[in-house]
Amino acid sequence: MKTYQQVLEELLQTLRTLVPQATEIDEDTELVGSLGLDSMKVMNLLQEVEDHFDVSIPLNVLPDVRTVGDLARKIHQQLQD
Amino acid sequence: MNLLDKFRPLQETRNQLKALGADPFNVVVEKILSPTEAIVNGHRVILAGTNNYLGLTFHPECIEAAVRALREEGCGTTGSRMANGNYADHQALEREFAEFYGLPYGVVFSAGYLANLALLSTLPGADDVILIDADCHASIYDGCKMSAAEVIRFRHNDVADLDKRLRRLKDRARRALVVVEGIYSMFGDRAPLREIVEVKDRYGAFLMVDEAHSLGVLGEQGRGLVEAEGVIERTDFIVGTFSKSLGAIGGYCVSPHQALDTLRYAARPYIFTASSSPAQIASTRVALHLLRDGRELRRRLWDNAERFYDGLKALGCTLGPQLSPVVPVILSEDRGDSLALWKALLERGVYVNLVMPPATPDHRCLLRCSMSAAHTPAQIDRLLDTFAQVFAAHGLTA
Repeated sequence: MKTYQQVLEELLQTLRTLVPQATEIDEDTELVGSLGLDSMKVMNLLQEVEDHFDVSIPLNVLPDVRTVGDLARKIHQQLQD
Repeated sequence: MNLLDKFRPLQETRNQLKALGADPFNVVVEKILSPTEAIVNGHRVILAGTNNYLGLTFHPECIEAAVRALREEGCGTTGSRMANGNYADHQALEREFAEFYGLPYGVVFSAGYLANLALLSTLPGADDVILIDADCHASIYDGCKMSAAEVIRFRHNDVADLDKRLRRLKDRARRALVVVEGIYSMFGDRAPLREIVEVKDRYGAFLMVDEAHSLGVLGEQGRGLVEAEGVIERTDFIVGTFSKSLGAIGGYCVSPHQALDTLRYAARPYIFTASSSPAQIASTRVALHLLRDGRELRRRLWDNAERFYDGLKALGCTLGPQLSPVVPVILSEDRGDSLALWKALLERGVYVNLVMPPATPDHRCLLRCSMSAAHTPAQIDRLLDTFAQVFAAHGLTA
């Protein structure tokens, strides 16, 4: 089972590939604000992230996902379920 | 920030549109002349963005039925179906929709939007899952927001992605409702329905198909993609609207499951809203009859769609992936250029819909056109001439 830190590292690597214009991404980076993504782009980006981790993240949890760290926590939780 | 400050950016965008003298989201039809013509900004325009697929809005039999109901039953029901708005004609229309599909249960709603809210907020509960195609209509997204169920989005028309997400659910897949559309409203493409039915059956999931843009358009009797693909009996819930091919306002759902009939006692968008007016129900009953026998109307609709689609293609426009009565001209991401094109078309007598991101599926603007059986070949040729002139005048490629 992956630890939260492992999920976070993999997520950061995936995001750096998917959002190449954003050079600085860390746990506190805001998906909408700092990465300059609108809500639709976040949902499309999420599909790539879901494929990487082989999970489906429900849309219902998105209002609670503000930062990269929030997303990593949701993925970690999905992997544990 | 106070309560109202969040509206400032939206108001600024509205003000910019007004300053340009073109507001694509507040066009006033000063006088409607026919299913395909109106007066807008004092000029006669061809309507090519109204979803009036069979052109039934002015059908004399629909109008006569509505007028009779208006005289005999009044302007409105003044209440909900559960209280005082449950008229014999509402129930007759429900029976007629169920018979039309050869299914035992049918419910009508006051709007297509409410049909989706009712189904999605009530059918799947807290332990259930809704899987929606990413390009589903806003009413489906809104219904999901009202639901206690988990909501998962799968890639548009991607059966493998749906399969993967059902697989991840394991035993919970049997508590899942998959939601797709017959024809998607923005790009006019169809769901790969037979493959979707195979997948949902394999996992024991349920399927809801929204036929808003395909009722009256697809299938020998106009029953939509479920008929065209031969999967009516394998679909759990079929929803649709009266406001497109049927030319009125309202919504419906039919199903082989008795749960649909029971749902009316639990669905808040059914219980807590006034039922449709007698005139709406009366005109819809006649329109449903005309739609069922409307092979000639469907032939004209598809001939018109093909003439328009091929004509735009010859002009070099980037169009949707499939021939359909919904014909999107896909533009760039530049909102200013797109607005200028839309405005120039309207000034030259052509009304179409301008759709901008985030309402579009791929972040590009589009001129969403829709064909009607009521368009004449001459009108379509005039539409094509106008598109050619406007694109040339603006030096823009489609």
